[in-house]
Formats: sequence, structure tokens, C-alpha cells
Amino acid sequence: MIESRAIRIALRIASALVLAFLYLPLVVLAIYAFNDSRIQAWPPAGFSLRWFGEAASNPGVIKAVTTSLIAGSVATVLALVLGTMAALAVHRFRFFGRETVSFLLVLPIALPGVVTGIALQRTFKTFDINLGLMTVIVGHATFCVVIVYNNVIARLRRLPSSPEEASSDLGADIWTTFRRVTAPRLGTALLSGALLAFALSFDEIIVTNFTAGPGTQTVPLWILSAIQRPNELPVVNVVAFVLILASVFPVWLAQRISGAETAGARL
Amino acid sequence: MFQRRFGGVLAVVALVAAACGPAASSTAPTAAATGAAPTGAAATGAAPTAAAPTVELPSAVGPGEGSLNLVIWAGYAERGAVDKAYDWVTPFETATSCKVTTTDMSDSNNGVSLMQSGQYDGISASGDATARLIQGGIVAPVNTALLSNYAKVFAGLKGLPHNTVNGISYGVPHGRGPNLIGYNTGKITPAPTNWDPIWEGGSAYKGKISIYDSSIFIADAALHLMRTKPDLGIKDPYQLTKPQFDAAVALLQALNANQPTYWSGVTDQVASYTSGDVVIGTTWQYQVNLLQTDKQPIQAVFPDEGSTGWSDTWMIAKKAAHPNCMYLWMNHMMSAQANGQATVWFGEAPTSPEACAYAETIAPGHCAQTHATDEAYYAKVHYWATPQTDCADTDAATTCVSQDDWVSAWTTLRGG
Amino acid sequence: MTTDVSRPREQREAPEGRDPPVPRAAPGLRRRLAIWLHGRRRVQLGLLLGTPLGWLAIAYLGSLFILLLSAFWTKDPFTGNVEPFTWSLRAFELLLGGDVYRTVALRTIGMAALVTVTDALLAFPIAYYMARIASPRTRNALVIAVLLPLWAAYLVKVYAWRTILQGNGLLEWVLTPFGIESQGLKSLANSWLVLSYLWLPYMIVPVYAGLERIPRSFLEASADLGGRAGTTFRRVLLPLVFPALVAGSIFTFSLTLGDYITPDLVSDAKFIGNVIYDNSALGNPPLAAAYSMLPIAIMTVYLLTARRLGAFASL
Repeated sequence: MIESRAIRIALRIASALVLAFLYLPLVVLAIYAFNDSRIQAWPPAGFSLRWFGEAASNPGVIKAVTTSLIAGSVATVLALVLGTMAALAVHRFRFFGRETVSFLLVLPIALPGVVTGIALQRTFKTFDINLGLMTVIVGHATFCVVIVYNNVIARLRRLPSSPEEASSDLGADIWTTFRRVTAPRLGTALLSGALLAFALSFDEIIVTNFTAGPGTQTVPLWILSAIQRPNELPVVNVVAFVLILASVFPVWLAQRISGAETAGARL
Repeated sequence: MFQRRFGGVLAVVALVAAACGPAASSTAPTAAATGAAPTGAAATGAAPTAAAPTVELPSAVGPGEGSLNLVIWAGYAERGAVDKAYDWVTPFETATSCKVTTTDMSDSNNGVSLMQSGQYDGISASGDATARLIQGGIVAPVNTALLSNYAKVFAGLKGLPHNTVNGISYGVPHGRGPNLIGYNTGKITPAPTNWDPIWEGGSAYKGKISIYDSSIFIADAALHLMRTKPDLGIKDPYQLTKPQFDAAVALLQALNANQPTYWSGVTDQVASYTSGDVVIGTTWQYQVNLLQTDKQPIQAVFPDEGSTGWSDTWMIAKKAAHPNCMYLWMNHMMSAQANGQATVWFGEAPTSPEACAYAETIAPGHCAQTHATDEAYYAKVHYWATPQTDCADTDAATTCVSQDDWVSAWTTLRGG
Repeated sequence: MTTDVSRPREQREAPEGRDPPVPRAAPGLRRRLAIWLHGRRRVQLGLLLGTPLGWLAIAYLGSLFILLLSAFWTKDPFTGNVEPFTWSLRAFELLLGGDVYRTVALRTIGMAALVTVTDALLAFPIAYYMARIASPRTRNALVIAVLLPLWAAYLVKVYAWRTILQGNGLLEWVLTPFGIESQGLKSLANSWLVLSYLWLPYMIVPVYAGLERIPRSFLEASADLGGRAGTTFRRVLLPLVFPALVAGSIFTFSLTLGDYITPDLVSDAKFIGNVIYDNSALGNPPLAAAYSMLPIAIMTVYLLTARRLGAFASL
């Protein structure tokens, strides 16, 4: 018992306060999602579910959700491919500049998002590339690569390489070895990397604000524009609340999946 | 083998040549007018080099392309989301199958910047955007003969300098209105009659003044100086010599000391009036209408000394991906019902007698209130215009502060 | 899937799960490519590494390079059209000539430092509790509890604070009985509050990891040698956890430095990110590009310093 009782109690209280602070806005938002009135005053006048119905049938919301799903899926697939390739390369081969590669991959999320956003926008405009869904996907894929990379390389470092060696000894070529030996062993790392990348893409706004064209609205972009329309605010509350649930769930799932692999890898 | 390859290459070259060929041929309406006229006429003031626009029957506007991307002022394209009675977009979409998507601009600088991306078909441009759009080659001239509703527009709104260059029209009018003083009747009596409460009387309302967040507001300071400091010799609040400009900026800095709240979104200003955070400020009739519908004690007044204002034009982008839909939209927005609804909704003056008549049915007295036919009223309104280094006059000796410097001065004022 | 090795290969039954034979043409090419690649480790490496690095080089580094170049391009003063590859120093002249840019920069850096310190202070107690006092079950629950708000979408959290801080919102409702007037969405303090909130989990996690790594024996030894809580904290704990604090600060500092959405939604004051965004939207892209060199330079220095202080080992 290094810490005195008083300190322990103080720390317990401080932790509780910090947790309350962390959850306050989320709880308030949840309450507002069920707020009956159109006016955003506190305390809420009454409770109802009617805005959920309105949100589900709002054409702007539906279009935004579709756009976000498409952008997220394509960006995740790209990130999976690129991130896995990079992780395999860094893990399996010794080459000059290995640490630089990790640094390079981290750069898109290490530098402030506004810089990434304006850099991409300026480049697209210079080469006359129209801003639209493709440019959004390019932006998302670029910073999702490192997420997949981190997950895969962490897993690769824990796995012995003997199964791959055995596989080639038995005559499998590199594609077969990857498909039937490596990929299944990476399985949950790929899955959790994909979930994390998808979640990141789904709620990204800072860079997307620069790379989306006039007709392209992801869910966060829709929220940003709807904030300016007071009539849409109740729907915004609902969409925001659902977005919390939708972004928390995949990441929690990823945590469960990759967290469960603590015993190391055995076939 | 060689012949097949060669033929293939020929085919590719032909395709590329066709794609890169004159764009005019693919857009039905403005076949002859695009190309030589805009940059030549606007930049050098020379006589238009293109032939007069070919008169085409309205049916020459081709079928709608299926969608339309517009840059608009908030409230200019309603589809009944706020009030079911005000929807002039859905009837358009039903009639033409052009699905409308809109982007709100916060001010004209934002609008010009959005149009520069080349991804929009049209814009409802105010006079401080039109010159840049025309001279920058971003918008194309309009063949008004193709627009059946154009003939009915008030004569006083046709051929105005901010959207017409050497007789060539670059857009169709949407509506016009003044910037007004919006004040809380509960807190301020009697009603203000001039701009003094904002400028000289600012300290009485410290922290509770609402000011439009755009470089164009410097003109409002200049306008006030026209009355209070006549020896500065300001004739046009948008074309200011350096000493005049500095005086206007100094006035704004004095205003800044009273901690005004700057608004760029209509919703933000409405919210600040509603919550009582501001009691007086510059506003549009649109916000006042929204506040009064919400039973807020806010009134608008047009001061005796005049005001800045705007006369908006629908313009079509030169690189519009959906030019036919844009022509259909321009015609639609001059129709009695659409223009009547739109101008009543925003609180601006309609553009034709028919629109006025329609407006009377949904808001009696609207045309009289907005002085739609009262040119004497609008003589006191200085429409937003673009500051130009040549002062937009024929006197080569005068130089005025440029648009760029207006924006710089405003940024410095706001950011410090 | 067991393989019966007691009988010769030709007589064994095919194990379950073996794929049916595939047509000849496809594996022919794949097989030949695989044979060619086998042993050519360099080529394998080149392909494996080259693709993602190529993407990053073109899409990311390439665009950063174009951004850097564009700071030197001219912009037509009247129409605002940017003319690529035509050079001028106008953007930098404007930046150096205007006081406002210096003010905004200092305000942003100051806020980033303030948010970092605030988060460090807020994170430490809960991280310490999680790392050293809580039972393993509580600890796991707390880790999830701290990470959960991090996963919720950024914009949603800012929007939630906006509803709390706006006129007639929760804050006003709480303050009114005390007669304190809420500033609504104008005050700079709003940005401080919301930014500290947003990045707090980013600070808690590394500090927690850093505190967990400290062996109990260190603290016990310090107590045995007569050190009271304050001394132990100051002279043993703090130096040991310092790299973790620096690691956490990378996030809080960098994310505050570039943020433009939060200041826009909850306050009136402009930050570096706002100037960049506004100028790219309002028609002075070279100025926006020139100004963005500032956060890049600041973060590069910060990251290099952090690396020397050992923060990267704690990430």
C-alpha cells in the first residue's frame, strides 16, 4: 500500500469526475435525440421517437449514409491491400531505410488534418481532377493505410514464420502460401484493421471537407451543412446519436477480436 | 497486323480530336455566343466580336440532363422543408427531371471561389461577384431570346451594368433588396432612422451588434461616411481611393471596439437575435421574416440616408455540365409562381408584374412593401459591386483600392 | 486436417478440404510468375513495398509538394484564378505584413499548449488510478470506458458541446440560478473546453501505459528511503512517466494546432486552421498554402523534440 488512503480516495473521486466529463456530451446528445420539440432548448420539453422516423426518410440523410458506406468500403479495401503489403514487406525483408517506412506511413495522421486536406485539394485542382467521391476515397485510403499496417505488423511480429516456411517446403508457390497460410493467420488482424479503418473513414470530416465535391456528402458533411438549417437540427440530433452507436460498435468489435488473441498464434 | 494497328491509332486520334473539339457544339443553346465574346468584350471593352446570338426557339434548349448543381444564397431554392407552402424546386424537378442540388455561399467571395472549381452549373450572383465571374471567364453569356419569361421582366432590371457587358446579357435577374437595420423593438425605441446607432451609437449596444461578416461591409462604412464626412468626396461606396478607404477602415475599427458579433450564416444571426445576444444590426428581410414568424420582436427599417443592397442574377457557368437544365432553371425562376414565392420567402422585390401579382396572392402588399416598381426607392440603394482598381469609370486618372485589398483589410480587421 | 504418412503418397486418400483442380491457363501464368519471383527477393520486396509507398509518395508526399509549390504561385488579384507554376512571393508578403496572422498563430500555439497542460492534469489522476490502484477487472472496464468516447465521431462530439454551450442550452440552464451570464457561442474559453475534452483520451492512454510500466519496487524504495508522497511523485514518478506525457502531448498539440471545425462551431475566434480553410474557400489559395507551412514546421520540430525525449518508445 504505497499510496495513503486519502490519496486513494481522492484519485477515485477524480477518476469518477473525469469519466463523467467524458460522457457528459454523449449523454446530453442522446437525450436530445429523443427531444420532442423542434427547439434546441434545455431542458427538453418532452420525449418522442418521431425524429427517428423523419431521419430515416430524409433524402439527404439517406444519400449521405450511402455515400459514406461506399467511400468507407472502397477506402477500407484499398487500405487493406496497401497496408498488408507494406507490413509484409517491412516484416519479412531487411532493407535500408526500414524505420523511415514506418515514419512515412504514420505521416498522414501525424501532420494536422487541415494540411493533408488542403494539400490534396490543391493537387486535385492543379491537375483538373474534379472533386467528388473518388477524391474522398483517395484521401481516406491514404490515412487508413497506417491503421491496417499497424494491426498487421503487430500480428506478424507475434507469429512465428515456420508455417510459411513449411508451406514453401511442401511446394506451394507464394500466392498459395499467402492465400492458405498467411491470410488465415492474419485473419482477425485484418478484420480488426478493416473495422478500425472503416470507422475512421466513416466519421472523418477534417480532410473530407476539402476533398468532397459539390454533389458528394458523407454523413459528417451532411451534419456540418445541416447545422446551418435550424429546421433540420432535430434530425441532426438523431443522426449524431446513431453515428455514435455506429462508430463505437465496429471499434469495440475490433477490440474484442484482436484483444482476444493474447495467447499468441497457433494454428 | 500493321493496318489494324494503324486503324486503331487513327480511331483513337479521331476520338481525342472530337472530344477536344470546340465545346460549343455539344451545348445546344449558346452555339454562337460562347467563345469569342466574353473575354474579349469584357476585358478590352471592344465591340463584341462574335455574331449576335442566334435566335433560337425555346424548344432549342435541349432536354434536361437529369441534374443541376447550383451555388445559391441561403433561402433561394426552397423545397418546402421549412414551410410546405414555399417550394419552387419540386415543381421544377417534376417538370424537367433535373434534380437540383444546392450549395449555400456565405458571401460573394465564397461564391466566386466555389464557381472557380468548375463543378457548378450556375449561381445566383450578386453584383460584387458578377464582374469577377464575367471577367474571369467563369460564366457564359445568356441567350435571353431562349427564355420565354424574360420578356416579362421589369424594364428597369434589364441591361444593368453589373450583369450586362456591351449589350450582351450574362444572366437573368432574380430579385433585389436592400440591407436593412434589424432591431429589437422591445429594447430600442423609437425606431432608428439612420445608421447612427450602429456607428456612432455603437457603445450603447456594446457586444450586442450584429454585423455581416464579409469584406463587402466596408462599403457600408463608406456609405455612412458619405453623409458624415462629405469632404472625403465619396461618390460610390465600392470604388474608393486610398484615403477614402482608410477612413472607412478606421470607422470599422472603431466599431470593432464595441465587440460586434459577426454573422455569415442566416441561421446564426436568427439565433443571436432570438436569444437576445444582439439587439441591433445589419440584416436582410429574410431573417426578419423568419424571426417574426417565430414571434420575435424584431423589425427592419430602411434608413433615410440609403443603404447598400443587392440585385441578384442567375448566371450559367461556362463549363456547366448541365447547361440545358440551367436554362430551364433560369426560365423557371423568372416565372410568376417561382419568382413570386421566392421573393416573398426572402423578402425581396420580384422581377416582373406577373410575379408581383402572384406575390400579392400569398402575401398581400408584398410588392408595395418591397418597392418592386419604385425606382426612386432603389435610387437610394447602392447595389453590391466589385471594387476595381480602375474605379469602373472612364477616367484613366483615378485609381481605387482593389478587391484583393478589401479582403486583406477585412481579414486583418476580423482576425486581430 | 491430418495426413496419414504411413502409406506411400500415391496411395493416400486426398485430405478433406483440398481444392478441386483448377483450369490450366490461370495457374500457368500465376505459377510461372511465382517461380520467377521465387529467389528474387529484391523484386518481391520492390513490388510489396513499392505499391504502398508509391501510393503514399504520389498521393501524399506529392500533394504536400504541390502545396509547398502553390504557396509561390500567383493569383489574379481580380478574378482570384490561381495560375499554376507562375511564381511570386505575394502570399508570403501578405503573411509577414499582416499582424493578424501573427496574432492567430500565437493564439493557436498558446491554445495548443494550454490544452496539452489541461489534458495532462486531467489525465494523470485517472491514469494513475487505472494503472496502479484499480483491480484488473476494473482496469479493463476503465480502459474500455476511456476509449469509447474516443471512438465516437469527432464532429458529433463537437456538435454535442455546441448544443450544451449555445444560448438556452445546458450550460445556461446551470449558470442562470447563480446569476452568471453564459457567453453563448462567442467565447474563446469554449474552444479550450471542447478541445481539452476531445483529446483527453489521447493523453490518458499513453500515460496509463507509461505508469503501468513503472515497477512497484521503485515507489516502495522511495518510500523506504523516507520520501513522502509529494517527494516520490516529484522526484521518482514524474521523471519516469515524462516520456509518456510527451507522447500524449503529440496528439493534443498537433490536433489542436490544425483544428478548424471546433473553433468555428463553438467560438468566434480564428485559429491557424480557420485561416487556412477560409482562404482556400474564399479565394486566396496561395495564402492558405503559405500559411500551412507554419503548422508543418511547428509539428516537425515538435516531433523531432519528442523523439529525443523518448516519446516514440512510449507510443
